[in-house]
Amino acid sequence: MLRLEKRPVPSRFWTIMTPVVAVVATMVAGGLLFAFLGKDPVAAIRTIFWDPIFSEFAWYYRAQLLVKAAPLILIALGLSLGFRAGIWNIGAEGQYIVGAITGAAVGLAFYPLDAWYIFPLMILAGALGGWAWAMIPALLKIRFGTNEILVSLMLVYVAEQLLAKMSLGLLKNPDGHGFPGSRNFQEYPSAHNVELIEGTGMHGGVLAGFIAVIAAYVLLNRHILGYQIRLTGQSARAARFAGVRPKLLVAFCLGTSGALAGLAGLFEVAGPAGQITIDFNVGYGFTAIIVAFLGRLHPVGILLAGLLMALTYVGGEIAQANLRLPAAAIQAFQGMLLFFLLGFDVLANYRIRPIKREVA
Amino acid sequence: MTSLLTIEGLTKAYPGVVANDDVTFAIAPGEVHALLGENGAGKSTLVKMIYGLVRPDAGQMTLHRQPFSPSKPSEARARGVAMVFQHFSLFEALSVAENVALGMEDPPPQRQLARRIRDVSEAYGLPLDPDRLVGDLSAGERQRVEIIRCLLQDPKLLIMDEPTSVLTPQEVEVLFKTLRTLAAEGTAILYISHKLDEIRTLCDGATVLRLGRVVGSCNPREKSASELAEMMVGSALKPPARDGAEPGEIVLDVTGLSVKSANPFGTSLKNIHFTVRAGEVLGIGGVAGNGQDELLAALSGEARAVPEAVKFQGRPVGHLGPNERRVLGILSAPEERLGHAAAPDMSLTENALLTGAIREGLTRGGFLRWDAAEDFARRIVKEFDVRTPGVSNVARALSGGNLQKFVIGREVLQRPDVLVVNQPTWGVDASAAAAIRQALLDLAARGTAVICISQDLDELMEISDRFAALNGGRLTARRPAKGLTVEEIGMMMGGAHDMEPPAQTAPEVRHVEA
Amino acid sequence: MDLSAINPLVLIASLMVAATPILLAAIGELVVEKSGVLNLGVEGMMITGAICGFAIAVESSSPWLGLLAAAGGGALLALVFGVLTQFFLSNQVATGLALTLFGLGLSALLGQGYAGIKPPPSPRLDVPFLADLPVLGRVLFQHDYMVYISILIVACVWAVLKYTRAGLILRAVGESHDAAHALGYKVVRIRLMAIAFGGACAGLGGAYLSLIRVPQWTEGMTAGAGWIALAIVVFASWRPWGVLLGAYLFGGVTVLQLNLQAAGLELPVEYLSMAPYLITILVLVIMSADRGRAALNAPAALGKIFHASS
Repeated sequence: MLRLEKRPVPSRFWTIMTPVVAVVATMVAGGLLFAFLGKDPVAAIRTIFWDPIFSEFAWYYRAQLLVKAAPLILIALGLSLGFRAGIWNIGAEGQYIVGAITGAAVGLAFYPLDAWYIFPLMILAGALGGWAWAMIPALLKIRFGTNEILVSLMLVYVAEQLLAKMSLGLLKNPDGHGFPGSRNFQEYPSAHNVELIEGTGMHGGVLAGFIAVIAAYVLLNRHILGYQIRLTGQSARAARFAGVRPKLLVAFCLGTSGALAGLAGLFEVAGPAGQITIDFNVGYGFTAIIVAFLGRLHPVGILLAGLLMALTYVGGEIAQANLRLPAAAIQAFQGMLLFFLLGFDVLANYRIRPIKREVA
Repeated sequence: MTSLLTIEGLTKAYPGVVANDDVTFAIAPGEVHALLGENGAGKSTLVKMIYGLVRPDAGQMTLHRQPFSPSKPSEARARGVAMVFQHFSLFEALSVAENVALGMEDPPPQRQLARRIRDVSEAYGLPLDPDRLVGDLSAGERQRVEIIRCLLQDPKLLIMDEPTSVLTPQEVEVLFKTLRTLAAEGTAILYISHKLDEIRTLCDGATVLRLGRVVGSCNPREKSASELAEMMVGSALKPPARDGAEPGEIVLDVTGLSVKSANPFGTSLKNIHFTVRAGEVLGIGGVAGNGQDELLAALSGEARAVPEAVKFQGRPVGHLGPNERRVLGILSAPEERLGHAAAPDMSLTENALLTGAIREGLTRGGFLRWDAAEDFARRIVKEFDVRTPGVSNVARALSGGNLQKFVIGREVLQRPDVLVVNQPTWGVDASAAAAIRQALLDLAARGTAVICISQDLDELMEISDRFAALNGGRLTARRPAKGLTVEEIGMMMGGAHDMEPPAQTAPEVRHVEA
Repeated sequence: MDLSAINPLVLIASLMVAATPILLAAIGELVVEKSGVLNLGVEGMMITGAICGFAIAVESSSPWLGLLAAAGGGALLALVFGVLTQFFLSNQVATGLALTLFGLGLSALLGQGYAGIKPPPSPRLDVPFLADLPVLGRVLFQHDYMVYISILIVACVWAVLKYTRAGLILRAVGESHDAAHALGYKVVRIRLMAIAFGGACAGLGGAYLSLIRVPQWTEGMTAGAGWIALAIVVFASWRPWGVLLGAYLFGGVTVLQLNLQAAGLELPVEYLSMAPYLITILVLVIMSADRGRAALNAPAALGKIFHASS
């Protein structure tokens, strides 16, 4: 028999190693899953993890990698602030949708005007939209103590209905021959989130993601607010003693993560997606939760985790096309990764010891 | 005399520490046997082994001349061993009867059980209503629940772990009477304590533990308290010396302070009045759970009141938060070290920031000055002799005494005008406790008004200039500590409210919650 | 708009059906939370139960085997959560979320090839005599078995929690795991059993959707029902009959909303579809604004990690 013994100090080695171990374990378990589905496990794993970076068509996939990673990183960074303080925003998907809607609405309102300030205004509107959507659970929590997990999540479903309504109604393309969906921003240069460097996938959202990583790092390690966030996560009582205002912190964490999710939505709708449609959201808001934990709620970790998760998306698409691997397999694969990570996490804080033989 | 329980060579080691080393002794039926030792001497580990919560690494026990090695508490209970815990194993949201049923192997139906609880509680002079929620009971009543839970099973051996730490002197008397009745009926009692007077009045035999080893056994009635203390501590301690400086101006003036407790089972403060002068130590006694935490929160700024309820140098501060009060010079050190005064998984440097950020200038424009914070942490460690490999160690890796020295040192070094401490030496070894008390006295000698909330009456008598007691969220009038008798203190703690100043209309109070 | 098209009797009959999946999931989660564990993976367990039940029912042509498989599938997935949180001491919130994400993926994977198939019909139970009552008989007593079984489960949970020793121990573990451990109760084992029960109930709830209510399999068909079940436990302030009330109220809102859509209310369909979620938020707000009482009923150790130090 084995038993756990709390370490006096969390192991630095295991803190860094658990994500790596978890990824390896997921590859093994995922391979078994794929084998069970009748696919060649080695080929499947190679297709997912190797081909997007090193195959013949990697020049295309690498760009896709950044495109997919940017929203994940932006959202996960915001979520990680709250998660560190024990404030659980689970509704980033909704904030992402609303940010896209408000940002797109501002852009479409100017159509067909050609002006330099349109895109910056859209960015602002996107961030504000996500922020406002996240402030609903924040204010309810502050004022009534309502559980933010459930409220933010319920608002995802509300936002999805709103998205459907918008793409069928208010934001519908008047020249779209009755098809649902808004005008395409790729045909409206003033509002288009362009690729900054041709062929790299490097658009405004990617840039924003990198900036956010640096900002989050500085906030958490060099600023009193970051210190207060970490302190609150460890002990709410100690935080109150240190003069932290818990309500302001709730507003800050939820608001910031909402704004970042809104930004991600805006960059997506104005760039890679191009338009508001009923099925605009593809679950980035939920996958970002995995990214946040996989990155150990650390900005640099989230950057790496976001890229890794983007890899499974891109690789998953290739596997879908080449190996006829069902799309759902990738989703299950990602869920498994989070399971393994949470399981192996125990090694960072506990030592595993054999139970000594009992003396009668 | 044949013994009921014999213990031979019990040994138990935890990583880095031997909790019990070759412990041997015996208890006879009807004997009240004391297990004496400082915090950390290994008393708790020993009784946990007897009660089946911990398995020994080596050694054996016999009960009624049969081998006895319980692997779980229910086995111990089945053999007639019962235990009253120091930190009660009670469930606040359940009723007394439900709590009692949980501690029994085969409880009768609820209605029958309720009747038996009434019967037993009356027979032993411990009145208790089986239908009340435990969360609504006082600490003394909660202990009764534990005791009655044990008595219903007709124990042969009753283990009591620090039973009087939560009782008033009067309640202690009632308890002792109950225990003597039990002993007279033939029940053996293993009585764990570090309070020497109690042991000398109650116990027939004593085993003294130090650092996990038996260092002596005796009949405590034949020894003086100081002889017992020397056995326990190993060397005579020198009591702190009081400088005897004249108190100065009134620094803190509390009038009509009422604050609702944030905890549904907590005690709300009701119309509290007191003043403290510069250079004075005000000791506030009282049984646990009578508003100590709430009083500290109201003074530190964690709980807010109306501005006029707390005045600092004549200025209303009742509405200010902790940091605003720190700017003015009102500092505090709460009881709970880990999770209130300090964050368990943060380094000492980060914990130095926790209260020191403002007065020590550890931030600039909201950005942290890590080097300055580290210097401050090093200074605390050096001046207060905190034993730690370095300031990058996390708080929970420190022993209780060392962390407490760090917490108190952190506040003392910030030169407060008012320092409020709650249980400054709780669970701290004797030498650290002496150092902490001396630091508080030195601080007062330099002109700080010190408010020391504590449940340790010896400590309060040692350092206080004046004394008051909390009871049910009310504070008695302050009286000079010199010359107070135990009876008078007991009356104050027991809630003799005629000692209160004339009641004034409490101002409207706003409570700021989490 | 034609409001007269809405028949209140049909409404009541159909709200019982609409509420049953949520009722099953919520009563299971209530037991889990009463033991002090917060499992946010209800949605994942429901959808896994939905596909397990559907697949087995189709393959075996037996709805009963399907329901059994759904309970088993839900419990199995719940035990993954149980092992992670109880043995590996992982954060319950994060692990519950992982369970939901994994469950959604897994169910989609298992459900390949089951879309668009009709499951075998589930038998109805016309309660003898009562079913023949005029009006009431048709409204209350002519449903499928699961409607009655779900109410029976609520009654059992209530009775067990209130009157039995097992229920008392469960509540004690949820109140203070340290105190329960000190008294010698096996905290981890008790919690694992509660978690498995919760998973089985959630699985049944999911299968009720795919086998009886819809009846069909579509990816993501639970559409937040698991999350609403979590909200209903809060709404009920951890009381079994409160869960029944909450689930039926919610079922009522859903059915009314669907009826209003059918009746051609002026309001756009999308806004009507938001209604159940918005009302859930509203209810949560009302419940949390009135703290005091509800807080006393909430298990004190909910969501806290238990690690026996001795």
